[in-house]
Amino acid sequence: MANKNTTSSKLRAALNTLIFPLISIVIAMFIAVFFVMWAEGENFFTATITLFQAIWEGSFGTSFSIIETLVFVTPLLFTGLANAVAFKTGLFNIGVEGQFIMGIFAAAAVGLIPGIPAVIHVPLVLISGMLIGALWAAIPGFLKAKVGTNEVINTIMMNFIAMFFVNYMIMGPLNEPGKATTPIIQNSAKLWRFLGEANRVNAGLFIGLLLVVLVYILLWKTTIGYELRAVGLNPHAAEYGGISIKKNIVLAMAISGAIAGLGGAVHVAGIQYQAIQLFGFTGFGFDGIAVALLGKSHPVGVLLSAILFGALNSSSLNLQLANIPKDIVYLIQAIIIIFVAADYIYKWIGEKRKKEAMING
Amino acid sequence: MQKVVEMKGITKVFPGVKANDDVNFELLKGEIHVLLGENGAGKTTLMNILYGLYQPDAGEIYVNGQKVNIKSPGDAIKLGIGMVHQHFMLVHNFTVAENIVLGSEPKKGIKIDMQKAIKDTQELADRYGFKIDPNAVIEDITVGQQQKVEILKALYRGADILILDEPTAVLTPQEIEELGVILKNLVKEGKSIILITHKLKEVMAMSDRVTIVRRGKVIDTVYTKDTNIDELAEMMVGRKVNLVVQKDEAKPGKVVLKVENISALDHRKLPALKGVNLEVRAGEIVGIAGVDGNGQTELIEVITGLRKPTEGRVYINDKDVTGKTPKDIIEAGVGHIPEDRHKRGLVLKYSLYENAVLGSHYKLPFAKGIMMNYNKIKEYARKLIDEFDVRTPNEEVFASALSGGNQQKFIAAREINKDPELIIAAQPTRGIDVGAIEYIHKRLVEERDKGRAILLVSLELDEILALSDRIAVIYDGQIVDILDAKSATEHELGILMAGGTLKKQA
Repeated sequence: MANKNTTSSKLRAALNTLIFPLISIVIAMFIAVFFVMWAEGENFFTATITLFQAIWEGSFGTSFSIIETLVFVTPLLFTGLANAVAFKTGLFNIGVEGQFIMGIFAAAAVGLIPGIPAVIHVPLVLISGMLIGALWAAIPGFLKAKVGTNEVINTIMMNFIAMFFVNYMIMGPLNEPGKATTPIIQNSAKLWRFLGEANRVNAGLFIGLLLVVLVYILLWKTTIGYELRAVGLNPHAAEYGGISIKKNIVLAMAISGAIAGLGGAVHVAGIQYQAIQLFGFTGFGFDGIAVALLGKSHPVGVLLSAILFGALNSSSLNLQLANIPKDIVYLIQAIIIIFVAADYIYKWIGEKRKKEAMING
Repeated sequence: MQKVVEMKGITKVFPGVKANDDVNFELLKGEIHVLLGENGAGKTTLMNILYGLYQPDAGEIYVNGQKVNIKSPGDAIKLGIGMVHQHFMLVHNFTVAENIVLGSEPKKGIKIDMQKAIKDTQELADRYGFKIDPNAVIEDITVGQQQKVEILKALYRGADILILDEPTAVLTPQEIEELGVILKNLVKEGKSIILITHKLKEVMAMSDRVTIVRRGKVIDTVYTKDTNIDELAEMMVGRKVNLVVQKDEAKPGKVVLKVENISALDHRKLPALKGVNLEVRAGEIVGIAGVDGNGQTELIEVITGLRKPTEGRVYINDKDVTGKTPKDIIEAGVGHIPEDRHKRGLVLKYSLYENAVLGSHYKLPFAKGIMMNYNKIKEYARKLIDEFDVRTPNEEVFASALSGGNQQKFIAAREINKDPELIIAAQPTRGIDVGAIEYIHKRLVEERDKGRAILLVSLELDEILALSDRIAVIYDGQIVDILDAKSATEHELGILMAGGTLKKQA
């Protein structure tokens, strides 16, 4: 009896957390349809069909599009998980973008070293990405813990430092003459493209999926996760329970940055094989914020929303072929984010009102 | 006598709780009427409805015989209803007179007529026997005086019906007596007063009639002179309660906690502790009595490592733990029932089992290396729930799902089960029901008898007197005196708490 109750209440709780993201996705699609109607001058039904057909064919319709979708999903897994770890500790790591870029740089540099067997070279490339990402994120973490500076501001600034530093390295010391890139990395540093060289999907996808499991274990099965989440939910109680807030802020940032940096390294070792001069941010880190928010900072949620965002991104080319502006993808993503953010605000206000009611007895 | 307020069939539902269920309440002209009930019984909700802060889901309100629809506090004020909240709503850097006229200022052209405001304030104060300086700034006057300002504010707006929500919670015994006199004066002037409280002694001393509320329902309305404390307690709780704590003579052993000349700053960086000395021995309960905000919070935070002292030392079992981390101090054998269970004591969005190991989550058997053993943790949580009779569907629910009393029992269970040598109990029974209070008191005495040292901090003088073996009075960051609980009286404590001194017999 009691057991049945807990399972049904758990189910209900799970449904409750899922319902809002799902509704926001549906509404976002619905609004997108209106824009398609407007752009194409079609009626509602044909516009719906045109849009969904274009998205579906562009993301899952052919084996090639499925593979390309997976290519888009992979970096979002890393950046989504990176943001999720920070969110769970009550931190807003906007610097995932910069940590991802630093990961790109580290992998592109370490990948150039000749004469190392692949079994060592690949891990070396990945670890270098993790370390530099962890370091890049630990700096604002340390500053927050030590002097209380806002991590949002500092990580944003660190993003710009990362971008300009990496561009300097690409165009300077590590430049491939005549190109705006670094040289192609050694074959021993490349991740396995398991569907053949021509298909860009690679072993990085499995690393990302493994990470989903590892982050879940970290957050919910270890003392580290217990402390991180306690600090995120109630730092006063955490402190009372002998948990160091400062240590865990730095740790959470470092873990978040390591995951982001690993994502950057995987992007080089699996997809790009080199670092390419950046004319702006890659966007993976920022998309990761949305992925984590939509996924409620839960690793499984991150996986699902990474697939959604990856599919939308990879279908943008196909949308253009169907005469739909590819910006419709950003429109859908933006509406989803607005709804998810509204949900957070709504809950925040709800909590506040509940607290007031409690005070008033 | 004339009914000035009549509330009929009031029902108010909050998500998940029926705060008021078909409540009938009436106030006669010129009476002091107490609404008595435990925390969460629905008494404040009922009064917030009368004051227009909430709208009832059902029921009717009559004021002076007229059916009224009170949509906002503005409507209530127009009907002559004034309310003094538990948490005062004053502008701290304004003067008394400025606060009193705020919102209905006397004007001279477009300027505020301050002279008239001061004159009006003085007249009003004189008429009801308030001793107060209209030009004093709020942050410089005592809490007791701030309360008078709140009452004057309501009177200035023409209130004939005054609602006071837990007015004695922040007052010393002497100030409570003074409040009693003021209320009698107000009634003589034809005002009618509703007092919300859960303190039985004050009910007996101050009121004409009592309406007892339990779980949103009115149990009865009785004349104070026809009832007694035990009967009221029984009606309030719904069963016989034992208000007297049974305990034997303490057998103090070695010194467990020694606080030496501790000074510390509060969160605004102002001195909160000014050289505190204190000892707590094994097998005794030392109570710290004092008005809220005299350094109690800071003292506990220094002892538990949550705040760094600027001076002085803290020893636990002769080991210097000054400035150590909370973790080190927990390991040194300190259990701590914190004063604010929502801020410190619990992670509300953690399940009960996760909360059960807060502070020992990294230790065997709950964790091995970095891997947590949730089977052992859940088993332990069930043990705590059983042992302390925590009312919860299971150990998986969020801590926020429990009532205050059950949350507090759960925290007490966790801290006592750490097997500490020193238990710090800070306001262990604040805002919880009488049943839980009884239980926690009993457990604290039991733990004392097992030879643990207990430091009790409470704003409730009755609790201090009932539990303590020795009573240290804190005033303005200093321990002003330490009395033997057997001979200490409420009167003596009240004088010390207000900063006075006792004349020692030579």
